[in-house]
Amino acid sequence: MLKIWSMKQKQQQDESAATGPKKKKVTAAQLRVQKDLSELSLGSTMKTNFPNPDDILNFTLTIEPDEGMYKGGRFNFSFAINQNFPHDPPKVKCTQKIYHPNIDLEGNVCLNILREDWKPVLNLNAVIVGLQFLFLEPNASDPLNKEAAEDLKSNREGFKRNVRSAMGGGSVKGQSYERVLK
Amino acid sequence: MAEDAESILTNGPYNSRPRWKYLDNILNRPGPFTDPDWVCGEPALEGLSRAKILVIGAGGLGCEILKNLALSGFKDIHVIDMDTIDVSNLNRQFLFRHADVGKFKAEVAARFVEKRVKGVKITPYCGKIQDKDDDYYMQFAMIVCGLDSIEARRWINATLVGMVDENDPDSMKPLIDGGTEGFKGQARVIFPTMTSCIECQLDMHAPRAAVPLCTLATIPRQPQHCIEWAHIIAWEEERKDITLDNDDPEHITWLYQKALKRAQEFNIPGVTYSMTQGVVKNIIPAIASTNAIVAASCCNEAFKIASNTNPFLGFPGTDNYMMYTGDVSVYTYTFQHVKKADCPVCGNLAKDLQVNSNSTLQEFIESLAERPEAQLKKPTIRTEAKSLYYQSPPTLEKQTRPNLSKKLYELVSDGEEIAIQDPAFQIAFKFKLVFEN
Repeated sequence: MLKIWSMKQKQQQDESAATGPKKKKVTAAQLRVQKDLSELSLGSTMKTNFPNPDDILNFTLTIEPDEGMYKGGRFNFSFAINQNFPHDPPKVKCTQKIYHPNIDLEGNVCLNILREDWKPVLNLNAVIVGLQFLFLEPNASDPLNKEAAEDLKSNREGFKRNVRSAMGGGSVKGQSYERVLK
Repeated sequence: MAEDAESILTNGPYNSRPRWKYLDNILNRPGPFTDPDWVCGEPALEGLSRAKILVIGAGGLGCEILKNLALSGFKDIHVIDMDTIDVSNLNRQFLFRHADVGKFKAEVAARFVEKRVKGVKITPYCGKIQDKDDDYYMQFAMIVCGLDSIEARRWINATLVGMVDENDPDSMKPLIDGGTEGFKGQARVIFPTMTSCIECQLDMHAPRAAVPLCTLATIPRQPQHCIEWAHIIAWEEERKDITLDNDDPEHITWLYQKALKRAQEFNIPGVTYSMTQGVVKNIIPAIASTNAIVAASCCNEAFKIASNTNPFLGFPGTDNYMMYTGDVSVYTYTFQHVKKADCPVCGNLAKDLQVNSNSTLQEFIESLAERPEAQLKKPTIRTEAKSLYYQSPPTLEKQTRPNLSKKLYELVSDGEEIAIQDPAFQIAFKFKLVFEN
């Protein structure tokens, strides 16, 4: 043990002494989120909102697709990141009730990197790019809203019309949806 | 001969430590691998019996660790565990009996080992490791972990790294971490700030196997899929306002019935109450012998570090990680996991930075660009509690902009740690702000 200590002192003899009272340290999860936020490329279609700016682990993301069948809508997602990040993925939910094959009525999102394919090397930017992609290319083969997926598969034009009416606050197949138009 | 044999049985005067005969053989003479500077006999024995050692976790691994340490000559052992004993623990957590169900693990384990190994003092603490501060952890010579959560490991690791004060050799506490999952396990030794830490080794943990949400929602194939569906989707839909408590039998029963109904719809057999419990709590069957092997390895290293009798795992520049796989025959491999230069915990330790507490955050940020030790042009800054200034995203920049005109003493306290991220660098910089005035 003492040998290890003398190695340590040799290694650090140039560095200054860290003294003073012990204070709370920035956590590893905070450090990582801070890094991810600095690398976020939101473009013109996305915006973040921090209800409490001191808490960077909880925020919302607004996506306003500028192309595709969800163009003109404004979609909100809540991000909840725990202290186990990036070992655990962020918990992402759509806070509105929308008509989308990969998002259920409770707001659960079927995006592979949010669950089974999450890896600590992925970052928040990968997640938001994935979310944005869901609006450009809804994926009927990984359905979470089964009716919407069948609809998209069987009749693409009809599905588009249903998306428009759901976005306007109308009902599709007896289910009413929230108005999400800008 | 007869006398000799009798003395062993009666702890008689012929040999006052018959129980420790083999231990004494190791402590009383140098072996082929002992350091030339090592002094055998009394000093070695003293070092071992005076070393205060902390065991975190009194479960499957913890029971083994406590027993092993007590039988290796440690006399002053502390143990922390927040859990109480469940009937399902009794098959392998051998310090507990049926009558102990519901009592605190740390308490029961401590009393049991004290009773069986005379002369050992075990001090239990029934609570969370987070309840204790640096002063508490500072009293120990080393820490042995038998934990089942990554979160707790990361916490104790970050705490021990943060405690290292280079003017005080006693502030570096060796961390010995054991872990098992079914037939697999690992034992590793960490010298905080000197060798690769738990955060450096985070990618060594297998991620929890997850099933795509769409499989759960639309085409379940296995009974576990139905249970996960009840757990993630049905609960949220129907009992949103109640927080799911994995230990509440009513909650588990509700999930079980939901899962069973769904399984019947899809013609999937095999959903049971205990499977529901297993899936929801992510229980991986614990194997008693894996625990025994890993705990033995951990305690072996603890003994060698405390007694200096033999080279130990984790000496800087040597192997520090032993993995064990027992599911296909027996396989172990020991290697050196190297320290990560960009490890968020041990890669860049906070350096002191002298500041005038009357200067504004804006002035401080400008000074960062000029200070030779920083040279940060577009820094984003936070403390543990506060976001001081964020360059991006735009909304956060706007929200934190008012801080720029505030004085440092309004935002941070003397000696508080700040973390700085700058786009020009991959890693974050940490500083302790020391007020000059």
